[in-house]
Amino acid sequence: MTQPLLRVDNLKVHFPVFKGAVFQHEVATVRAVDGVSFTLARGETLGLVGESGCGKSTTGLAAIRMLTPTSGRIEFEGQDISTLDKTQMQPLRRRMQMVYQDPYGSLNPRMKVRDIISEPLEVHGLAGERRARAEKIAQLMQAVGLLPDMADRYPHEFSGGQRQRIGIARALALEPSLIVCDEPVSALDVSIQAQVVNVFVDLQQRLGLAYLFIAHDLAVVRHVSNRIAVMYLGRIVEIAPRDEIYRTPLHPYTQALLAAVPVADPEVERARKRVTISGEIPSAMNPPSGCRFHTRCPHAFARCRTDDPPLVGMGSGRAAACHLHAAP
Amino acid sequence: MSTTHVRPSAVPISVQSTVAAEPRRRSSNVILRLIREKPVGALAGLVFVLFVFCGLFADVLAPYGFNQISPIERLQPPSAKHLFGTDNLGRDLFSRCLYGARISAIIGLSAAALATIISIVIGMFTGYLGGRFDMIGQRFVDAYMSFPELVILIAVVSAVGPGMFQIIGILSLVLGVGGSRIIRSAVVSVRENMYVHAAQSIGAGTGRILWRHILPNIMPPIIVLFTTRVGAVILAESGLSFLGLGVPPPTPTWGGLLSGSGRTFMFQGPWLALAPGLCLTIVVYATNVFGDALRDLLDPRMRGSR
Repeated sequence: MTQPLLRVDNLKVHFPVFKGAVFQHEVATVRAVDGVSFTLARGETLGLVGESGCGKSTTGLAAIRMLTPTSGRIEFEGQDISTLDKTQMQPLRRRMQMVYQDPYGSLNPRMKVRDIISEPLEVHGLAGERRARAEKIAQLMQAVGLLPDMADRYPHEFSGGQRQRIGIARALALEPSLIVCDEPVSALDVSIQAQVVNVFVDLQQRLGLAYLFIAHDLAVVRHVSNRIAVMYLGRIVEIAPRDEIYRTPLHPYTQALLAAVPVADPEVERARKRVTISGEIPSAMNPPSGCRFHTRCPHAFARCRTDDPPLVGMGSGRAAACHLHAAP
Repeated sequence: MSTTHVRPSAVPISVQSTVAAEPRRRSSNVILRLIREKPVGALAGLVFVLFVFCGLFADVLAPYGFNQISPIERLQPPSAKHLFGTDNLGRDLFSRCLYGARISAIIGLSAAALATIISIVIGMFTGYLGGRFDMIGQRFVDAYMSFPELVILIAVVSAVGPGMFQIIGILSLVLGVGGSRIIRSAVVSVRENMYVHAAQSIGAGTGRILWRHILPNIMPPIIVLFTTRVGAVILAESGLSFLGLGVPPPTPTWGGLLSGSGRTFMFQGPWLALAPGLCLTIVVYATNVFGDALRDLLDPRMRGSR
């Protein structure tokens, strides 16, 4: 097997909770990400789904070292980057970029589109002389479906979808091999979502980018991903190629997640059997013993309360962390 | 890679399609908006401009020299010849007030500018770097602010001697350290924006982020801080002059006019105290009203509330 672009191994990101104004002391730890492992090949898209607070954004941020992991290993292009400091990361930032959820907050309102897109080039000393830079900006704008003569406008003159395209152009400027997309379309109207999703798909085919695509909209994730990882409370509970996971979800949480997506046909919708789960996601400060999902799982049995199920391979690239599917 | 669309029902679009930018232009001319939305603030701004103008062109505008003594015209009440009257030496008070405006304008503008720069530097570094740096830096500011301002001023001026440059230096330091709070809180809120995170993720350095991303977005509080500081400096300078610690005579200053002939001959010639006192009050009030109006205009959160 060829070397993956990104390999994350047993990643843990814990946040200490402090109390006290003058004499601060640690009172608890939020285990936002607690033992996540996955790989991402060049040109591949891994969808990362799960409900709010399950640690998917934290995983994405740690993968490009915008956060320092508590423990675990992150290998990017074969190099362990989990302990590099800011200066050591600097040259690698070229190869990994990020697209943000909020198209309004992620662009500096006081900068022209031209300056927003060329900033990564300037930071890495690749701006070149003025004509070459202008041409590069025009190419990038065209690549994401913006007209190059809009370069002298300010972000507030654009719609949400257009702003997201500007954010994508900025991420593309350095020709990265990995882009972490943190819910890049969830803030957009549904019709605009499809457009922006297609920008991502199109760019991947042309430039061979790899995406770590974080989302909670299963339809969007299904469209863009090759493989999908489902996260619950800081862990990956199931990871599988896209079609497999939608056809036969193994983990009860995945089943519930897919069942929650309504079917457009009312006949089918009425007839289908639904697996529902109740209750709230438990606190990441104090996760349940054994399987983290056992408090809400419809199939939980005695062993689930005591043993933490590991993520076990099921063949054909699938893996699930559930005692129901573990070897008997 | 998938090539099918998620939602066949969604509008068929190509990557090249572009929607026209929605027009969301608001009137960007601050002066026009000031006149329309804040007429009182505009008037105050006019007073402020007039004040600076008087200070700049005092020697052209003043009908008499500030030290031109005319013994036969002692203690004259205001008249067409002497708009604000004359003092105990027969000097024209109107001319002296105009020259006083010059001193106030020079000290007010330069000390306020310096103070604002000091505030920006302290506020940006403590606010952006945060953590322990912020904690220690701001405790220093706390300690500094717990001294009464006037006591620091008197102590330092009596140590270094009175004079314009000493006053500018010490006032800008005192007000600059205090004002760093306002800049810091603005920086802390701007720092949390995703575009700052985005700049960090492309590898931009601290200097670049402060200069390109933070500073342009904290301009409204900076402008407001500056205008209100002008009033505070003028007031503090007059206080020092009143106590005899300001710009030494014979240079006329408003505070000096109040404490000199103004106080001594208050009953023989009340205009001697009224004229510089009113100048001071009107100018300081105008800078404060103007600063408030600018804040309301430039701070989007205040928009709509009057």
